[in-house]
Amino acid sequence: MAKTATAGSSLLRYLGLRFLLIFPTIWILVTMVFVVMRLVGDPITAAQGGKLSAEQLQELITAAGYDRPILVQYFEYLAAIASGDFGTTLTNNQPVVELLATYGVATLELAFYSLIVAFIVGFPMGMLAARRRDTATDAGLRLFAILAYATPVFFVGLLLKLVFAVAIPILPVAGRVGVRSEIALSKLEDATGFYLIDAIKLGNNEVILDVLQHAVLPSVALGLLTAGVFLRLVRTNMISTLNADYIDAARSRGIPEVQLVTKNAFRPALIPIITVVGMQIALLLGGAVLTETTFEWKGLGFQLAEYLSARDYVAVQGIVALLAVIVALTNFLVDIIVALVDPRVKF
Amino acid sequence: MSNLLEIKDLRVSFATDSGSNKAVDGISLELAAGEVLAVVGESGSGKSVTSKTILRMLPETAKTEGLVVIDSNQVSSFSRAKLRKARGELASMIFQEPSTALNPVFPIGWQMVQAIRSHKIAGKRPTKKEARELSIDMLRRVGIPDAQKRFGYFPHQFSGGQKQRILIAAALALKPKLIIADEPTTALDVTVQAEILDLLRSFQKELGVSILLITHNMGVVADLADRVAVMFQGKVVEQGSVDEIFYSPREDYTKKLLAAVPKIMPAEPKDTPRPDSAVVVSAQKLNIVYPGRLNTPSFHAIKDLDLEIRAGEVIGLVGESGSGKTTIGRTIAGLNRATSGSLQVLGQEMVGFKEADFKPLRKRIGFVFQDPASSFNPLLSIGECIAEPMAIHLEQSASDNQKRVLELLDAVRLPKEFADRFPHELSGGQRQRASLARALALQPELVIADEPTSALDVSVQATVLELFSDLQKEFNFAAVFITHDLAVVNQVADRIAVLKEGVLVEEGSVSRVMHDAKHPYTQRLLASHPHPDPKLQAEHRESLRALIAKEAQ
Amino acid sequence: MLKFLSKYPPLKQLKMSFGVQRFMLILGLSIVSFFILVAIFADFIAPYGFAQLQYENGEYFGSQIAPGGSHIWGTTVGGFDVFSRVVYGTRTAIAVIVVAVILSILVGVLLGLLSGYFAGWLDRILVLVADAVYAFPSLLLAISLSIVISGGRSGFWSGILAAGLSITVIFIPQYYRAMRAETLRIKQEAFVESAQVLGASSFRILFRHIFRNATRTLPIIFTLNASEAILTLAGLGFLGFGIDPTMGAEWGYDLNRSVADVSAGIWWTSIFPGSAIVLVVLGITLVGESLNDLADPRLRKRQVAEIE
Repeated sequence: MAKTATAGSSLLRYLGLRFLLIFPTIWILVTMVFVVMRLVGDPITAAQGGKLSAEQLQELITAAGYDRPILVQYFEYLAAIASGDFGTTLTNNQPVVELLATYGVATLELAFYSLIVAFIVGFPMGMLAARRRDTATDAGLRLFAILAYATPVFFVGLLLKLVFAVAIPILPVAGRVGVRSEIALSKLEDATGFYLIDAIKLGNNEVILDVLQHAVLPSVALGLLTAGVFLRLVRTNMISTLNADYIDAARSRGIPEVQLVTKNAFRPALIPIITVVGMQIALLLGGAVLTETTFEWKGLGFQLAEYLSARDYVAVQGIVALLAVIVALTNFLVDIIVALVDPRVKF
Repeated sequence: MSNLLEIKDLRVSFATDSGSNKAVDGISLELAAGEVLAVVGESGSGKSVTSKTILRMLPETAKTEGLVVIDSNQVSSFSRAKLRKARGELASMIFQEPSTALNPVFPIGWQMVQAIRSHKIAGKRPTKKEARELSIDMLRRVGIPDAQKRFGYFPHQFSGGQKQRILIAAALALKPKLIIADEPTTALDVTVQAEILDLLRSFQKELGVSILLITHNMGVVADLADRVAVMFQGKVVEQGSVDEIFYSPREDYTKKLLAAVPKIMPAEPKDTPRPDSAVVVSAQKLNIVYPGRLNTPSFHAIKDLDLEIRAGEVIGLVGESGSGKTTIGRTIAGLNRATSGSLQVLGQEMVGFKEADFKPLRKRIGFVFQDPASSFNPLLSIGECIAEPMAIHLEQSASDNQKRVLELLDAVRLPKEFADRFPHELSGGQRQRASLARALALQPELVIADEPTSALDVSVQATVLELFSDLQKEFNFAAVFITHDLAVVNQVADRIAVLKEGVLVEEGSVSRVMHDAKHPYTQRLLASHPHPDPKLQAEHRESLRALIAKEAQ
Repeated sequence: MLKFLSKYPPLKQLKMSFGVQRFMLILGLSIVSFFILVAIFADFIAPYGFAQLQYENGEYFGSQIAPGGSHIWGTTVGGFDVFSRVVYGTRTAIAVIVVAVILSILVGVLLGLLSGYFAGWLDRILVLVADAVYAFPSLLLAISLSIVISGGRSGFWSGILAAGLSITVIFIPQYYRAMRAETLRIKQEAFVESAQVLGASSFRILFRHIFRNATRTLPIIFTLNASEAILTLAGLGFLGFGIDPTMGAEWGYDLNRSVADVSAGIWWTSIFPGSAIVLVVLGITLVGESLNDLADPRLRKRQVAEIE
């Protein structure tokens, strides 16, 4: 029974439905953040408790409106988020959305490098492990993957620092760029904040090199963590597609083994892989917070850690909610990609 | 004439959890050029494993010994590179499940071109254009309409029969002399099966391709084979021409196998009167619609069905996949919801029924499921499973239940010790018997059996069907017997109802419908059913051809 | 006893395993058992307390002492004995695992069972919530929860509860999903439909027929959950939201304190607690991966047969 419905319209319907699902997802996430953060009481007591007198505290709380009924505050919070307002930090009075604009690019740059590392390391190794399953090669690769996952990213950072700051100091261990390059970059008009792009725009080879050198260790630390996840993911899915009937059928027609692995088995395995890779965005963000702290990479994660130690919970709540929204949007994008890769779009 | 395929003293073992398992135990086969050799046998006979050793398609956990020669090439000692070339050029394969043998994420044309371009034709690798033209030509020859356009379609855009045609086209693209077809029609409906068998026959006749046909279906053997090898427990028990095997089998196993195949014997059509008993199930203008979800349209499974089942009669529901036969059975048992019209089961209206109203009636209904592997809770003993109906509906002591379990085991001819065994320790046939015991535990007035024997080997099927008939006579319950196999209905049912895409096309007594079908679809269904008798089947095939020709006019 | 136990994971799987898979399973089980033993006998193994700064005679250990002598792995910048803190850290790690696993199994399994069986609108809402929570960066949630539970600075049990609870929230969706998928699968099996035809009550079907058949994937998620729990705890500690050093030993906190040491070439304060984290997670993950392989017939390796 060939399907009569045209593929195009069902794809659009699916995407439309998926798009509508973003809203409840975001609502659930921001509500969760609100509930969790406001269980403490109010952020002002949390931040200033002990430092100020009770009257001064009360004054601040009333001024900020934290003494009103919690439901009123909740609906105000929802309305604010709906209009794109994620709050203003207590410590330095900055809108959270502006933080995203200032520091988000740095995190994006780190995530970009790390994903490159993760893809280059994880995918071929996963394919190799699946092809050579249950051999010594496979065992070695799996052990590597598990180790990459088992090693906390900040511990990798510490180890890399031990090696590169102390033993063989050839790579910078902190910051996004050297001081001289930073000054050079700051002179650029219409800078994107993505240092590699800016450096290329500047056309200064020394600056490009400096930017890349600074990126090596953080990207390796965060990239290896993700690579371990990718490797395991690719391996498992490839093993299951390599066992499929259609691979046997293709083999019986004399297709070379290399093609079977890299084309016939890889493409169908890609669909579940992309789905899970999308979910790893959350892991990558969590890892980014720790990586940025370890390597003083001044991104959103680094800022979050700073606000955390300053006990600025309004900022924390805003950043966490914002990241949750970003995750929800990314997952939607991933679903679109899956729908485009999978010719069977039938949901 | 020299042999195209020679297998000498082949042995294959597999590793399993319970040690090494000999699947093929020293068999030798020969296949002459242009011939069709059928290898028949029941599950576990090693026929499928044998077919996979030819192109060395077995997993690495298998150990193989013996000689395989195709067209004077000793394939069994080929290097990897030579073996790859041989696959597709010397011989190619057709698989059982056309729906899983095509890669779902590549267009079918891409898959064919990839195969063609992995080989050399006349000493050089074909260009993309040449490979494409060859693929389209092959698709046309296997009867894919509009091949030029559908070359770029994905597998899910074709029906099961079309997929099998595409796989045949891919297998024949490089003109191999040998086709290894492993149960090529088992997953298909009987009318589609007839078409695929016809297609294979035409390639054998026109191109002189030799076919090694692996099957469990004696009707398929009778239809296509020149010679037959009967396998049992890894050994070939008997080999001979198709006439020898069917008309003068030497070995007891072959005789037993042939005797077990259910047949539709020619007989006088007669309309037996229906029993004048109470109506157990009555459907009037019954419609069953599976509601659509946000993204799937609703599906109209049963359309305006009128049907009546009376106490003590067995009605066979027959149809191909998608006919709605299973839906009817499930709706009668209250597993599905009826949408509109009326369905009375034991006096209860099932359209919009409340579970609380129907529950007391449930003890008067028994159900036998298709899949013996999943019909019992793997964590409960057979005795506990059979006692379930009593534990739910009767308030009697555990020892009374136990007594009844033993009676029931006896009734279905299973030893008493089976009460303490667990489902996985029983064979498929034994489990279906136990399933019957469970269905009969509360002496129901109505039994619904959903393809109870389709997962079983023929010899086991024969004994289960016999048991079913005996029990029916003994307890005189009304039964709905759902099946795709006309011969099975012929054996167990009094009346037959033929369904096509949710519509009841014909109903009547079995002997009348079998021998004087009125509706063209029933006629086509009957003509497509392969008879396990080569001469009869040859005539039968002609009548199908005539029927199709008539329909085409 | 052993024979009885061998019907349950992981010993059942150990019997089925072979070759590389067997090696991985045994290695994982050994590492995990080793750490459990260390946690139980920490009092006997550790020469000092986790918060101890002075010898019996009142003399201080001193800060950043290199390994050797009476401190085989040296001392930290705060003057704690590294070896003792690593040993006591196993207790904290295991306590967090226990809390996280018990809570998330209880909630997740029950929700998954009910949602998968009854379907309907409740199911759809739960799926949506589970998917949303699943996508949430677990560390961020853990941070938020630790602020809530203990204002960011924790005692032993409140720290464990903060880490445990936050991991629970993240993992409930995973147990829920796995259990729901299994329930949906088993619901289609003939033996459940058979019970439905017979008119068995939903309670009977759920607990007699579905529940026990659906639990086979739990050990796998359990191990994933456990390693994630440890990593989250360490991440919290590293960001300074873990357990107060005087209340309990926690590897992540110790690593946080060693960041400055590293640049000065002081390696012992980070290498030991860091390696402890890696080893525990490695052990648990090895067990989980092996169980996963052995549960899936497609991933399971079998011995090559011999022809007799």
